[in-house]
Amino acid sequence: MALGTDEIGRFAGFLKEHEAALVESWSHRVADGLRGRLSQTELNRQIEELFRALSEALDGGAGTVEDPNAAELRAVLSELSRSRARQGFTSTETAVSVFALKDALLAAMDARQADAGTLRDFIAFSALIDELGLFTFASYAAAREELIADQAEELLELATPVVKLWEGVVAVPLVGTLDSARAQVVMERLLDALVTTGSPYAIIDITGVPAVDTQVAQHLLKTVVAARLMGADCIISGIRPQIAQTIVALGIEFGDIATKASLADALRHVLRLSGVDTRRNGRKDG
Amino acid sequence: MNAEPQRLTVASDQDVVRVRQLVRTVAVAVKLSLVDQTKLVTAASELARNTLVYGGGGTVEVDRVDNGRRAGIRIAFVDSGPGIADVNLALTDGYTTGGGLGLGLSGARRLVDEFDIDTEPGRGTSITVTKWCR
Repeated sequence: MALGTDEIGRFAGFLKEHEAALVESWSHRVADGLRGRLSQTELNRQIEELFRALSEALDGGAGTVEDPNAAELRAVLSELSRSRARQGFTSTETAVSVFALKDALLAAMDARQADAGTLRDFIAFSALIDELGLFTFASYAAAREELIADQAEELLELATPVVKLWEGVVAVPLVGTLDSARAQVVMERLLDALVTTGSPYAIIDITGVPAVDTQVAQHLLKTVVAARLMGADCIISGIRPQIAQTIVALGIEFGDIATKASLADALRHVLRLSGVDTRRNGRKDG
Repeated sequence: MNAEPQRLTVASDQDVVRVRQLVRTVAVAVKLSLVDQTKLVTAASELARNTLVYGGGGTVEVDRVDNGRRAGIRIAFVDSGPGIADVNLALTDGYTTGGGLGLGLSGARRLVDEFDIDTEPGRGTSITVTKWCR
């Protein structure tokens, strides 16, 4: 519902006439809603910026938020939503920052002894403010989506470290769900680490994987085969009793791939294979 | 002690993870042993993924049951996908149409106490499994 040219003009005029009072009462109302979680200076700056962008959009003849002349206003609103989303404010608190302008407007109009004409104008102005609020809501949601996507990506990076356990032995401790995306990352990291460290042995530890189903098993098998193609020996460790029984019941065959109950067993196995003495009192004195 | 059945929609990989978490929570609540919990969670994971991959998505309903002597969990996986033409073939170890290991359906049957499959080409597939406390 776009504003007519007259209404836009009157709205712009009203904003100019009452600028100081409106900005003050607007920031005051927003500050109430945010209960001091944003500094007054920061808030004043945001509100002033919004006010200026709104005035400019109206001066440019923008009657809706989609108007080409409202581009600057949209940018300011998106920026506001994005910063609120990142600072952990709720979507309601963010949208209320815009809707509070309505209360400020109403207060300013009351002071002028409203007649039927001003009330009609107020309703028209409100419709525009509602649009602005909805736009804020939408950009807030978009900003949160971005945040979640970023975090998912960071998590993927975080959860798959390749560690060097010993000279020639690298290990990947897997924690959490092993889906196709993670499996791909794990395989790439492991193969990279095998090349850069020149390790002949790799241990994949699945202690932190809650359930080993056929998909997880298939990903593990593929990773082991890929490591073997590069000339490395791969051992799977961290097979707990309940996982072992489940694997047997499912009918998954690990073939000639070495598996161990714990990472310590796997390391001992590898060290023995590479000829390192692992007896407790293995050090020879003299 | 029959609580309300809990229903989940399966439309993405994340939903399969959600099914696993729900089944694990309920399995702990009915006091299944750790081995049985793991077996049931794994079976649910296989069947939920089948619902997603072969059935094109569907629903999973997790229900606590009691036959008077023992408590247990019943899980129903329902999709309205293409259905299974030859159930016996689908339940054969190593048979797959999707590039997996071919152990999901047959393996899941071995992981639970009761396994019912109701399917017909073009009508979709409904699989109900039950695991009892020992």
